[in-house]
Order: sequence, then C-alpha cells, then structure tokens
Amino acid sequence: MPEIFGVPLVALLGQLMLGLVNGCFYALLSLGLSIIFGMLNIINFAHGALYMTGAVFAWIALDQFGLGYWWALLLAPLTVALLGVLIERGLLRWLYALDPLYGLLLTFGLALVLEGLFRYRYGVSGLPYAQPAAFDGAFNLGFMFLPKYRGWVVVASLLVCFGTWALIEWTQLGAYLRAATENPRLVQAFGINVPAMVSITFAVGAGLAGLAGVLAAPQTQVSPLMGTNLIIVVFAVVVIGGMGSILGSILTGLGLGLIEGLTKVFYSQASNTVVFVIMALVLLMKPAGLFGRER
Amino acid sequence: MKNTFNRMILAGILLLAAGQLFSQTAAPGKISGDVVKLGVLTDMSGLYSDIGGQGSVVAAQMAVDEFGGKVLGKPIKVISADHQNKADVGANVARQWFDTQGVDVILDVLNSGVALAVSKVANEKHRIFLVSGAGSTRLTNEDCNPYTIHYVYDTYATGTVTGKAVVEHGGNTWFFITADYAFGHSLQDDTSKAVTAAGGKVVGSVLHPLNAPDFSSYLLQAQASGAKVIGMANAGGDTINTIKTAAQFGVSNKQTLAGLLIFISDIHALGLPLTQGMYVASAFYWDLNDDTRKFSKAYQAKTGKMPTMVQAGVYSSALEYLRAVKAAGTDDPDAVLKQLKGMTLNDAFVKNGKIRPDGRMVRDFYLFQVKTPAESKGPWDVYKLISTVPADQAFQPLSLSRCPLVKK
Repeated sequence: MPEIFGVPLVALLGQLMLGLVNGCFYALLSLGLSIIFGMLNIINFAHGALYMTGAVFAWIALDQFGLGYWWALLLAPLTVALLGVLIERGLLRWLYALDPLYGLLLTFGLALVLEGLFRYRYGVSGLPYAQPAAFDGAFNLGFMFLPKYRGWVVVASLLVCFGTWALIEWTQLGAYLRAATENPRLVQAFGINVPAMVSITFAVGAGLAGLAGVLAAPQTQVSPLMGTNLIIVVFAVVVIGGMGSILGSILTGLGLGLIEGLTKVFYSQASNTVVFVIMALVLLMKPAGLFGRER
Repeated sequence: MKNTFNRMILAGILLLAAGQLFSQTAAPGKISGDVVKLGVLTDMSGLYSDIGGQGSVVAAQMAVDEFGGKVLGKPIKVISADHQNKADVGANVARQWFDTQGVDVILDVLNSGVALAVSKVANEKHRIFLVSGAGSTRLTNEDCNPYTIHYVYDTYATGTVTGKAVVEHGGNTWFFITADYAFGHSLQDDTSKAVTAAGGKVVGSVLHPLNAPDFSSYLLQAQASGAKVIGMANAGGDTINTIKTAAQFGVSNKQTLAGLLIFISDIHALGLPLTQGMYVASAFYWDLNDDTRKFSKAYQAKTGKMPTMVQAGVYSSALEYLRAVKAAGTDDPDAVLKQLKGMTLNDAFVKNGKIRPDGRMVRDFYLFQVKTPAESKGPWDVYKLISTVPADQAFQPLSLSRCPLVKK
C-alpha cells in the first residue's frame, strides 16, 4: 500500500475528504460573516448563535410541526434571515454612526442571549435530529465509505457558496450592493434604497448561517453550544482569507478544512490550534489576509 | 537600626502566622460564622452542565431540606458558582469561598482538571472537598490529600467494570478515542490495564481536544485500526457526538462502541436506537430500589429529569456531610473529616459506603446494559442491571495506591 510519511495513502485521502466536509461549513459560515463585514462593516459575533438557531429551528419544525428535512432546509434559513432583519432594523441600525466596536459588543451580547435562551429551554446535551431517510447509507469512494449525507453537504454548500459569490459579482443587485458599500450617499442619490439593501445583506448573511445550521443538524447533536464550538475557527478563517473578501473566505474555508484534516492524521492534538498558527503566520506576512486589500 | 527593622519584620510574620492559625481553627463545639455553607462548584453552562450543573444545586438543596434547613440549631445555606471548565476560575472561586465567604465544604466540581486545582486549594486552606463530578484517579493517588474525598466514581471504576465486561463478551482488541486532558488520559490508562488483564489487547489510540466539533476523523482512524472495540475515553457532549458520528459512518456493523463513562443524560439525549446494547458502568440508577426511586421521583418533580449519578452523589455527599457535622457537634473541618471517615454511609445513593485513607469512597458498583426501544417502558426506562460489582473489585485496591497518605 503506498504511504506518505508513514501514513497509508488511503487513510490520508479519507481524512482529506472529511476535511473537505468540515471546510464546507467553514466556507458557508465565513461567507456570511464576510458579506456582513464587507457591506456593513460589522463584525457579527452572533453568527455562531444564528447557525445554532437554524439547527434548533429545524428540530422544532420536525418536533412541533412535523415538517421534515426539506421543509426545514427552506424555512429555517428564511426564519433566521427574518430574525436577522429584526436584529438589523431594531438594534444594529442605531450603531452605524458609532465605532465598529459597539456592533461587535452588541452582537456578542446577542449571541450570549440566544444561546442562554436555548440552553435554558433544552439543556446542553442537545437534541437528536434524525438524518433524512433518503441519505441512509454510504458511497464507496474506494478509499473510504463516505456517508451519503456528508456527500450532500459538500455539494449543497459548494453550490450555495459559489452561487452567492456569483450573485454578488455578476448581477445587477450585486453591483448595487458593492456600490452601496463603496459610497452609500452617492448610491442613495441615484434613487436606490440603501437602508433596504443593508437589511437584505444582513438577512442574507444570517440566512446563510441558518442554512449551515440546518445542514449540520443531522450530522451532529443539535445543541446550544454548537455555534460557539465552530465560530472561533470561522473567525480565524475570515481573518486569514482577508476581512470582507468573499471569494477569499470561501477558498480559505475549504483550504483550512483540508489542512485541519491532515493535522488530525499526523498529530491530532494540534488539530484545533493549527488554524490559529496559520492565522498568526498569515498576519505576520500579509496583515490584510490572503485575499484582502489594504484599506 | 537594622536590628529594629528585623525585629519588626519578625513581629509582622508572627502576627500573620497567628492570624492564619486563628482563622483556621474554629473553637470546637461551634459553627463558624453561625451558618453552615455548602458551595456547589460546577459546570453551569458548558458541555458537562447536564451531568451536574443546576441539577447539582437542586440535589444539594434537597439534602438541606431533609435536615429541615438547620443543623445544630444553625441555618444551612447552599451557594453555587460556574467554573466554566477552567481550572484557574475554579481555583479562584474556591479560594474566595474559603477565604471570604465562609464556605465549609465544596461539592460536585465536574471536570478533573478543575477538580485537581480545587483539591489543592482545599488542602492548602484545610477545608473539605467532596468530589462527585470529576473522574480522574489522580485525585486519590498522586494528588491525594486528607481534605479531598472522591465520592461517586472514578475512571478506574467505570473503565475497569466496562472494560472487563466487554472483553468477556468477545471484544478483545481495542482502539481508544480519548479526550486530551487529565480525565481522558486517566480513563484510557485505567481501562487499558483492565483490558490487558482480562486478556485483551490495545491496538491504538487518538487524542481529541475537549469539546471537539467533529469526530469523523477520529472514527475513521478507529475504523482503519481494525480493532473490535472502540473505547470512548471521553464524556458528556463529546461522547454523544462520537456515538452519533459512529452511527453515520456505519461503525456499529463491524465494531462495538464502548462508552467508558456514560451518564443517563447522554443516553436520554441520544435516544435508545443509537445506544441500545451498550454497557454502562454506574454508581447510581434511579430504578434500582425503593430508596433510589423515591429520591429520583422527588428530584424529577423539581427538575423534569432523572438525576445522573453525579447529581445523586452531590445530594448524598451533602447529606452525609451534614450528618457528620451533627455527630461531631461542630463544623470544624478536621473534626468533621474524622467523623466522616469513621462513618458507614447509607442513604438513597449509597449503601454501606466507606471512605478509605486515600480519600476514595468505596461502595458497590453496577454494570448496566442499555435497553432496546422495545424493552423500554418510558423515556427514562433505559438500563437493565447486568451485575453488581462488589466494592473491592470495582475500585483500585489500596495496595496499588500511589497516595502518600496510605500506609503500606
């Protein structure tokens, strides 16, 4: 059997595949964070909590209303997006004139409140969310058995990530958004409703987090802590990719997932620090991040 | 001039030392501060909070209520704090409680890392620490001290009882998925010894960080190892996610999962379809006898859940502590300890429990198997009793103890 540094190639490929699955979640979450930061200049600390909310909504949909996975995939992100609009219109809007630090504090507080509420209601052991029956079983990739559901996660999140990127780069709406970021006053002068654009942006970012939550629900325990576990890594991803760079955060998310997967093969104890080591190195060499522009 | 200065320093030191002595020895026959304070220090919001958490506070209060809220005519008070699974936070709270809050005894303390830190503080301040939540055997071995009593379970007991049972049922090659801190290492070590002693073999292991977000990679390594049994040397949320991920990767078709520390809260969160047939070693189950049922139903009425062995242990340790205070006629730590270590412990949680010189409370242990969904008659009806393991077989024998307090 071929080996690389004493590790069988087969095991390596398997770990890389799993790294890609995790990378997809990083990409989906950091994409939302990036959009919100790029357009609104707000560092959304509540992103992990919104991701968790998406997963909990999926559970509630099934448990209380009998709505299955596919309905949840549609409705939960929409509900989270709506929650996003409420947060943006009700709270964040008042902070735009102030230092970005205030937005950070507010969203951090929101994250604590959301997690606290769900913890109070459901406890931390979490709620079981069954995998939809259509995804029972696994693909034989030759080097590993990939559960069908994880395969679906990769396909779905790649589609959503690059779809969102294309939307922002290539469409009229995307052009408005980008223009509104550069110079909101001028764009408003052209008769475009900038506050509405801002709300939509935040809603899309929040919805992406909710979607990631629904995707995660069947493969991990739905728990109030699931967001906190992930969000710190996601922040590192955004910093490495370059704050506000959309393509950057997608590619970095996928790349870091792979690197993390490799670390787990060679020295698993370092798997949760390797991302931060890379972050430190990148910041030393390219302070704006791999894909970021100096402002 | 220099002489005067030296003398002043000396006087100062003496004064400080006297103050220290004075604060430590409450006159016997009295209750310090006219109140007996029980401090429940636990994980209130993190991955272990369903094992102890608010439930532990409720359990301690139930013991106090059983005493009518008073001992030796003085009120009993329960206070609580969240150690956030951080050793430094735990140690700081313990120090503050002992120094300024007049806390007489600290209860629970989930998470071995935190418990080891709190145990050091208890020893330094000469106050009692009754550990229910933490599992590391270091508490009664290398790091033992006269003020720390390890009350409910330890990694030797759960690891040995489960490990032996699994090997006897044919699971003779093992791969460990281990939480990378004091508790996980301890659990893996103790179980490995039991597995080897029973004729099994350990073929490998992998370490994961506490509260790991994804277990698929570790399970893939476990699958590749070809071992018959995957030993989960972790707890709480980590165990739950290991089991859940294992189901998705089809591990159960070829390999058996062995939970080395499983709480009823974990089984309840995962559901029986994923956990049926698993062996669980535990010091407590609500449906063992009339006493356990009575206590557990009362607990359930307050919290909506059945108690874990940790929560039941907090109740029992609080109750036995108060009984010892009553018998000693004081809350002076040394007098109460002497009383506790001479008592035979009997309540809803423990029958004929004894505290050994190394601080280990020994009692019979139980091996359960998780019921199938068809066997279960209700949401908490999850275990069937396989065997009762006598105290001297469940816990590490004193002859193997690495605790300096044990005279050999």
